[in-house]
Amino acid sequence: MSARNNILNKLRSGLAGTTPRPDDFNERLVTEPWQYRPEDRIKRLRTLMEAVHTEVHQVDSQNWPEKVAEVLAERNLSNLLHAPATGHGKQLAEYWHSSGQSVDLLSYDRPIEEWKEELFWNVDASITGTRGAIAATGSLVMWPDRLEPRLMSLLPPLHIALLKASEIDDNLYAVMKRNNWSAGMPTNLLLVSGPSKTADIEQVLAFGAHGPKELIVLILEDA
Amino acid sequence: MSELFYDAAPNATRVAPPRPTERDYPDKPQEVILFGTCVVDLFFPEAGLDAIRLLEREGIRVQYPQAQSCCGQPAWTSGYADEARGVARAQLDILDAGIPVVVPSGSCAGMFRQHYRELFAEEPETLKRVESLEARTFELTEFLLKVCKVQWQDVGEPTRIALHTSCSARREMNTHLHARELLSTLSNVERINHDHESECCGFGGTFSVRMPEVSGAMVRDKTRSLMDTGADEMVTADGGCLLNINGSLDKQKQAFRGRHLASFLWERVSGEVKA
Amino acid sequence: MNQRIPVTELTSSFRERATCALDDSQLRTNFRTAMDSLMQKRADAFPDEDERESLRELGNRIKARALSQLPDLLEQLEENLTANGVKVHWAETTEEANEIVHSIIEARQGTQVVKGKSMVSEEMEMNDYLADRGIECLESDMGEYIVQLDHEKPSHIIMPAIHKNRRQVSKLFHDKLGVDETDDVNELIQIGRRTLRRKFMEADVGVSGVNFAIAETGTLLLVENEGNGRMSTTAPPVHVAVTGIEKVVQNLRDVVPLLSLLTRSALGQPITTYVNMISSPRKPDELDGPEEVHLVLLDNGRSGAFADAQLRQTLNCIRCGACINHCPVYVRVGGHTYGEVYPGPIGKIITPHMVGLHKVPDHPSASSLCGACGDVCPVKIPIPEMLQRLRQENVKKPSEGSKVKDGGAKYSAKEKLVWRLWQTLNTSSLFYRLFLWGATRFRKLTPGNVGPWTENHTAPVPAKRSLHDLARDHLSGHGRSNGPTKGGQ
Repeated sequence: MSARNNILNKLRSGLAGTTPRPDDFNERLVTEPWQYRPEDRIKRLRTLMEAVHTEVHQVDSQNWPEKVAEVLAERNLSNLLHAPATGHGKQLAEYWHSSGQSVDLLSYDRPIEEWKEELFWNVDASITGTRGAIAATGSLVMWPDRLEPRLMSLLPPLHIALLKASEIDDNLYAVMKRNNWSAGMPTNLLLVSGPSKTADIEQVLAFGAHGPKELIVLILEDA
Repeated sequence: MSELFYDAAPNATRVAPPRPTERDYPDKPQEVILFGTCVVDLFFPEAGLDAIRLLEREGIRVQYPQAQSCCGQPAWTSGYADEARGVARAQLDILDAGIPVVVPSGSCAGMFRQHYRELFAEEPETLKRVESLEARTFELTEFLLKVCKVQWQDVGEPTRIALHTSCSARREMNTHLHARELLSTLSNVERINHDHESECCGFGGTFSVRMPEVSGAMVRDKTRSLMDTGADEMVTADGGCLLNINGSLDKQKQAFRGRHLASFLWERVSGEVKA
Repeated sequence: MNQRIPVTELTSSFRERATCALDDSQLRTNFRTAMDSLMQKRADAFPDEDERESLRELGNRIKARALSQLPDLLEQLEENLTANGVKVHWAETTEEANEIVHSIIEARQGTQVVKGKSMVSEEMEMNDYLADRGIECLESDMGEYIVQLDHEKPSHIIMPAIHKNRRQVSKLFHDKLGVDETDDVNELIQIGRRTLRRKFMEADVGVSGVNFAIAETGTLLLVENEGNGRMSTTAPPVHVAVTGIEKVVQNLRDVVPLLSLLTRSALGQPITTYVNMISSPRKPDELDGPEEVHLVLLDNGRSGAFADAQLRQTLNCIRCGACINHCPVYVRVGGHTYGEVYPGPIGKIITPHMVGLHKVPDHPSASSLCGACGDVCPVKIPIPEMLQRLRQENVKKPSEGSKVKDGGAKYSAKEKLVWRLWQTLNTSSLFYRLFLWGATRFRKLTPGNVGPWTENHTAPVPAKRSLHDLARDHLSGHGRSNGPTKGGQ
């Protein structure tokens, strides 16, 4: 522990005789420039997300699984990873079985160690929920948990995210406050604003660096 | 986009300097001190004289204290604060008369306005005199524009020019806006933007001799973009930049030259064309 | 393209390296193009000047507030992280930090490490340290990967391989990975993706940096675009984050403006593709994520800068790289010329605290003090003021003592004497006017070669008569000379 004490002691002696600065955080500066009328929020989110190569569809909250099937068919994909114990997972599975989809529905229902190779290389697409979105920056809020693990939105080349239209906030500060994040953060909380990308070679934008090459957002309009 | 936005070039814009503190300008005084600056004193004295003439033309009496020398900047930017302070103290004594001080070189005006307070931070008594000097110091173009509120008639032949402003002066006093506005009142003068206009010319005082390779690359790029405008000449109100740019042009055996803004302005309003 | 010798491996001075870089026209073109584009992107990302300026002010206040209670916040961070199940380690030196990382890997008998982008791990030279101990430590950020593959160092903190163009990358991949050459950037990226994905899967330990460490919640926040940061912190069974002690902020809400300043200043993006907030290792019922998460807090000279109220502002830095992108020196000489981990203006003001002025004696003076860096800094570090201060510390007599490591590295009794004489000249009216008299009278005798100045300029020739003389005559009403007075060139 000597490194710890040495560092802290050095820092403390540097501050001798001073008091901490007051907290004068001005929340207006991070909210006022980033406010939208409710009808403009989706528009703003779409514009920003589409600008970074995201496909956005507004769909009915009952019929969205059809859109998922359509998207997969267009791309000729052979499987889709889902979280079977979530509400949307169940809704999807129900549709899948009742409509006799040929695309394999895979379940993330066991620890990664048991199927790492398959998860890393053989999954074509995944579908997850979100915990809302941010209009100001065009970002999805993701809160992976034991039912819907972290790697689901990262490993498959295509990631489909479900977003409830009513859960789009104006800005990051608003999301943070509304959900009282500072009272308890999850293992991992993510903001996702498009498919994975890089501009590391000659600043040329290339998608699909390490994460998904494609991100599709289905905005569920509440019935 | 705000007028402060410095449109450096079509392909490389840089943000504006931070907003200048709003300054209350006094009425036109009857008398001012001209602080010539060491570079103008020795290398561009005619520009200093033209500054005096421009001021006199506005009905202002000009004092030129013979005891003045250098603002102290070379030592200050080289890390020799004690030596800079010694020289600064001498200038403070000379400029204590309580009347406005006009400086025909941006970075030197900035030295009075921004850096003397750092030099004398631990001398409360001196600091009071520094504050007085700060309030009374004006860069030449600022003074002509904001205090004299000059109304000029351009009697010169049509000409096209490029403008260079010292980086520190631009940041500390927005001299680029003042110079642009002054030039825009001259009906026969067309000002042309140059590529990477807001980028440093590479002078930086002792930087130019401590890092001659880098400084040289910078000034060569600067002279190239100035010449690429096709302008007749470059004007600037900063002695250091002028020394750097003209010295480099001469070394490159180019005919293109820069001129001190004071001389350019005097020529436009007096019709007195010098060889 | 011949085998390139990385510039940083040469034992040479800043000036020598700069000369090399200035002669490389490809390099200069690569940098000019890239920096112009980054400057434009940043300008476009802040269309409203008022918004930008008030956000910068807020960013500055948040960092100043955090630094004003840094030791307390570090303890709070440690407490909350520990409660969340994250193990916190402290290291005064890079050697200590490397030992900590190594022991974590050893405890798992690990042999393969993947690394997300981390400038602190560059400070530590972690790759080499681990390689010497038989552990492969692979960079996974595309730019870092390219640079590592070519046995180079990053030339920019945000864009590590910005000095290379696509043909150079293609050739490199061909030589090292045995793939066909291609001019298609997308294809080059896919080659990197395939190669590194296997590494992510096999790695025993993932290493990452941290952009903000939030004391209030015990959270590590990382920003990135590629997904390699998420991979490194999620796929391997162990995640080790390394960061500098200055990265801590007080509250979660503090990151809202800082994040916006960071991504807009760095790349002109409203936000990065991923903002990854990590607060704990995998919980018992969770199906993925690392079983262990460690945070290594590194000092490495930061507490030295912290000790001085003025120099402390250096630690406001959020590593956006905007000062680098706007620097007229950097754009011409590139990152390798600086010879250390952090290039450009931020490198000039932070490196002396880490390695001492003896190792980087030219850093403080390699600037024209044009101030572009200070204008764009999102947390308003007065970079020119810091450089000025370092110049003072650099030329001090070592025996006078200095707040900066190896202060007085550039002390020269001769130079000091020259400035003393300069002072005498400029404080004595008599001497100064004698000097003017001599310089104007004997102007023709000005030597044609006046040291480094005449490398780029012709020698300046004093005017025939000084302004002192012209003004005196003019103002006393009997100007002797109405004719032109040639001055300068």
